[in-house]
Amino acid sequence: MATNAPPVPRRRLSQRLPTVSESFRERFGQVALIVLLLALPVGYGVTDLTGDQGDLARLGTNLFQGISNGTILALIAVGYTLVYGIIELINFAHGDVFMIGSFISVGLFGTLGLGLATGTLGVVLGLIVCLIVAMLVTGTLNVLIERVAYRPLRDAPKLAPLITAVGFSFILQNVGLLWLGGSPKSVPDLIHAQERVTTILGIAISRADIVAIAVAVPLMAGVTIFITQSRMGKAMRATAQDPEAARLMGIKVDTTISLTFMLGGMLAGAAGLLYALYQTNIWYFQGFQAGLLAFTAAVMGGIGNLKGAVAGGLIIGCIQQISDNRIGTQWTPAIVFAYLILIMVFRPRGLFGEETREAG
Amino acid sequence: MSRFDAVMQRPLAVPVLGPRGLTVSHVAAFAVLLFAIVFPLFFDPLSGFMTTTIQALAFVVMALGLNVMVGFAGLLDLGYVAFFAIGAYTSGWVMSGFYGSANIHVFVSSTIEALPGIHLNFLLVLVVAAVLCAIAAVIIGLPTLRLRGDYIAIVTLAFGEIIRVFAINGPTLHLPFAGSDYPLTAGKQSITPIDQIDLPILSPLNSFLTLRGYYWVILGLVLVCLFIVLRLRDSRIGRAWIAMREDEVAAAAMGIPLVKTKLLAYLVGGAMGGLSGAFLGPFLQVVNADQFAFSFSIFILAMIILGGLGSVWGVVLGALLLTYINNYIIPDVLDDVPGKLGLDFAFSDLGFGVFGFLLVIVMILRPQGLLPERRREIELTEGLDGGADGPPIAGVTPGGPA
Repeated sequence: MATNAPPVPRRRLSQRLPTVSESFRERFGQVALIVLLLALPVGYGVTDLTGDQGDLARLGTNLFQGISNGTILALIAVGYTLVYGIIELINFAHGDVFMIGSFISVGLFGTLGLGLATGTLGVVLGLIVCLIVAMLVTGTLNVLIERVAYRPLRDAPKLAPLITAVGFSFILQNVGLLWLGGSPKSVPDLIHAQERVTTILGIAISRADIVAIAVAVPLMAGVTIFITQSRMGKAMRATAQDPEAARLMGIKVDTTISLTFMLGGMLAGAAGLLYALYQTNIWYFQGFQAGLLAFTAAVMGGIGNLKGAVAGGLIIGCIQQISDNRIGTQWTPAIVFAYLILIMVFRPRGLFGEETREAG
Repeated sequence: MSRFDAVMQRPLAVPVLGPRGLTVSHVAAFAVLLFAIVFPLFFDPLSGFMTTTIQALAFVVMALGLNVMVGFAGLLDLGYVAFFAIGAYTSGWVMSGFYGSANIHVFVSSTIEALPGIHLNFLLVLVVAAVLCAIAAVIIGLPTLRLRGDYIAIVTLAFGEIIRVFAINGPTLHLPFAGSDYPLTAGKQSITPIDQIDLPILSPLNSFLTLRGYYWVILGLVLVCLFIVLRLRDSRIGRAWIAMREDEVAAAAMGIPLVKTKLLAYLVGGAMGGLSGAFLGPFLQVVNADQFAFSFSIFILAMIILGGLGSVWGVVLGALLLTYINNYIIPDVLDDVPGKLGLDFAFSDLGFGVFGFLLVIVMILRPQGLLPERRREIELTEGLDGGADGPPIAGVTPGGPA
């Protein structure tokens, strides 16, 4: 390997001291993005208040469901952001790993004999087993994809691994298509997803919301603690900042990268199970759609930034819910993608900025 | 001598034949052209093979256009299907009875003149489609100007999906000044039939009697696009694209106007997608929102990657190969192979998985493609075999020091 030459320092231009116009542009971008994000909820809030409804219950329900739905997106988005942080690759296949996670969980429902007749304890234990197995399988799958498709191309131009990622996304989609066929397949509603638990301030809280939040929040907290506190997490952060220096300090870069993919894949697997429980139907194309939404979330929060990805996931979840409920599901993709493009125009660094190697 | 010089100074090995600089490659090109022109005479004018060949040539035009964006200028466009959609809808709007309450006829044959709707001559449609797509390409290009490579991929993908959503939901949308007689698209219902191509002087084509006419029309389009792409590649603009692809900062420092150069790449690539789409509309006789899925963009991308990013002839080869594989070999030849092996699926179910697999395999085993462009070949092998004197592309370097 010709590693004797120093790597080309990239993006030196952005490391200069910002000029007045640049800092103005920075502020303007941030403000414009926040205004954009608030446009939908505030607009509909005002129409609700002035209209015949007179209160904000409908908007509140939208936002609450958006948040509980957004936790699933956030789990996926964390996977994007971790991988981008460490090897600067948009892991296009990540959404499809999530889809495989769903398929595995649903397959396990059958294997374990989980059905509508199973008792509460059985369902809880069964779901825990499903969660663990799905996370292990998707984590391993993600590591294998990295090993096969990205590692050989680490020194190649940046577009090369992106193209293999798209390729793998297609392969996984095809696996899903052969597995369960081309149309959405319904899943036994194990947790009685739509059953109302309680109502607070006119906002109905269903069991699905509680399960989603109860699984996703501890997982995300766990990952955050792992990355900030543990020795391996420190190795990950070091590799993300400067792989070369990290290697000189005795960090096994390859292992660390594999670990990152493992973590991302595990979160995607958990998201897959939650999605199957929450939506009660799955199909091979869900990964493509959710993957793009989650990617948008990761970019919105500032890709490479863990907290940003979570916040972005919740925001995108809310936008999606509001659009589904008010504008029509058929327009939701266009609206989310329009947001993606506007973020790219106004503030490609996202809401909170990046914590990748340039910024770090 | 560096590897770069060594490869670039490799003699081209084309002995000169005649006194006026007639080379072997000229003769070969002429022979290939002649073969391409007489090619359809050997086949049944209505056979499935002819249909596939015509489609393959239409995809060659698209691949050439996408190659300008991705191969020359290094702007990875994952939403190329948008241009196919706009081109095809152009033909749907102005070459059919879709807008039945309008009555506009421009340079069309007497039979079509009697039909309601907007009917323009095919050549005009080509111009309109190319212009519309060029405009769309610039609109798509503008937000990506400040972005880095992989973000461009996502923004273009997002645009492609937005166009598809509009195509699907088109029936509920109307132009602001027009009534409900003027929906944007027919959504998942097809716009059909589209007028047959009608060129000046010649009698109108009829795809139900013979496909040869369509073959020659698309061959003409391919030749025009090939000429444009080859001339552009060797021009100042082409060199600017390649310089920008290699190193944007260095290119800007050498005085290349990045904005103009990038937009021009989008514009040329988009216009070609529009031309091809406007041809495929009348050829397939159908414009339907389902034609414009993301997988189509990847299909075209796989062509140029298989052929060799940036290599014009490689791209032509890749487009022909993949179309035949997709339309002929997968459904007809290999379809029952899994069944014979005891697996319960047809090979055609593997459609896009095969393309995904191709992308991965080609990128890992032969990233320069089947017929690589020389400069690209060096770029890709440099830093991998230890013999190079340039630094590797910055990134994570596996393994120990050399």
